[in-house]
Amino acid sequence: MRWTLEQLAEALRLLGSLDRQVLSALALSLGVATLSTVLAMAAGVPIGIAVGLARFRGKRILTTVLHALLALPTVLIGLVLYTALSSRGLLGSWRLLYTPAAIVMGQCILALPLVTALVLAAAEGVDPRVRLTALTLGASRWRIARTILAEGRGAFLAAVVAGFGRVFGEVGISMMLGGNIRGYTRTVTTAIALETAKGEVPLGIALGLVLMFVALAVNLLFLHLRRRATP
Amino acid sequence: MRAPRAIAILMGSLGLALGILGCSETPPAESPPAAGSGARPVVRLATTTSTDNSGLLERLLPPFEKWWGAPVHVIAVGTGRALDLGRNGDVDIVLVHDPAAEDAFMAEGAGLNRRSVMFNDFLIVGPKDDPAKIAQASGPADAFARIARAEAPFVSRSDDSGTHKMELAVWKKADLQPAGKWYLEAGQGMSATLLMADEKNGYCLTDRGTYLAMRAKLHLAPRFEDPEALRNPYSIIAVNPAVHRDVNYLGAMALVAWVTSPEGQKIIADFRVDGEGLFHPLAVPPQEPAEAKPQKATR
Repeated sequence: MRWTLEQLAEALRLLGSLDRQVLSALALSLGVATLSTVLAMAAGVPIGIAVGLARFRGKRILTTVLHALLALPTVLIGLVLYTALSSRGLLGSWRLLYTPAAIVMGQCILALPLVTALVLAAAEGVDPRVRLTALTLGASRWRIARTILAEGRGAFLAAVVAGFGRVFGEVGISMMLGGNIRGYTRTVTTAIALETAKGEVPLGIALGLVLMFVALAVNLLFLHLRRRATP
Repeated sequence: MRAPRAIAILMGSLGLALGILGCSETPPAESPPAAGSGARPVVRLATTTSTDNSGLLERLLPPFEKWWGAPVHVIAVGTGRALDLGRNGDVDIVLVHDPAAEDAFMAEGAGLNRRSVMFNDFLIVGPKDDPAKIAQASGPADAFARIARAEAPFVSRSDDSGTHKMELAVWKKADLQPAGKWYLEAGQGMSATLLMADEKNGYCLTDRGTYLAMRAKLHLAPRFEDPEALRNPYSIIAVNPAVHRDVNYLGAMALVAWVTSPEGQKIIADFRVDGEGLFHPLAVPPQEPAEAKPQKATR
């Protein structure tokens, strides 16, 4: 009990003395998580709306598969992308392995099923009368999609929040595809993993707290946006 | 119309955040342009957790980075994985410690210009009361045999690292195949494995460097030492540009030169944790036969 409290106290003390390396790791974590969430939304919103509004055979199977993909392990994404990005691999000539871009690719794949599933559910949840009304008013498909976007905006923001949360805290992809290179691909989570492996428990906890504070700040921003988006 | 605006604001602020972050990212990462553009490219080094976690590379590499004009990207993994990264051309150079695996790496033609860099030794750490009585063992194999006989907890790296290969070689020499509840296969780096052994109050084969770097956090203490039989040599090997044309061969060779230069070797010799030297240079050994370190006088 005493030891546990000591470690926590030391972690809080370390919060005051975090250095430039931590800031660079934090900047990288935020940067890659933001970019991968934006990219995942860019792909996930159209897919989610299209599938959500369409009626076709196998839709339920597709949705089930999508939900199963929510359990996609980060290390599997890391491994498969490693085989592609390795210098020997399919995309080896791009020379992306152990760069921040590789982390973004992996995190994008991680977030895509999640945001797609949430957008899909939101699109399905939009009152069918909205669609019918829009149709009777002679709206085009594009117009209908925009109406749906407007109706489900709260849900889309929720998808952004969930996607960001999923990638911001992940460690497997960042470790395998980023390589935890100091000052280049070291994110907050890979730094935590490293400090833990080295037995620097208080520093690991301090880094974890930093991650949580920043996640809270980002979510407060989203909350603000959501309030403004909902009438 | 309000929703698209909200989304625009959202995207805009995300983009803005990203832009700011992009600018604030560490300059060394941005400064070297891609390979082939005339500027010096980054050198990608795969090495073992023992060299990285001990803090040696943070001392050894910055002067090189300054001289070479581009950063060294360190990927710290086990020796087996490091050699695989070299085989795949995912790194330009490896710094490893598994002579047999290095021989195979060279024989395949994957590497060039292998140079001995430094050595330390492995030792067996264990609980204070030494339940398997390995302190009286006649050699490493006997120590392992005693642990197996006592079925005392033993934590193995089990990650194809240089330390793990050494462990397997000792088991082989003892003519034993470790198995049972007492034999724990961690599959983690050296520091994490030591911490696990500490929690389990078990034995563990470790390199001296990591042990010294971790000593303050451990209850375990050295129980068996034999610097001759458990010698741990490190080599640096450039990845063969004939196999992987896009590797940074010039950078790799420059790093080989730095690490084996009198200046680089002096940094290795002078590197201390809690006043104890962790590595002994091999390429340019110190002039004095024995430094003023009573404990290491045997070497």
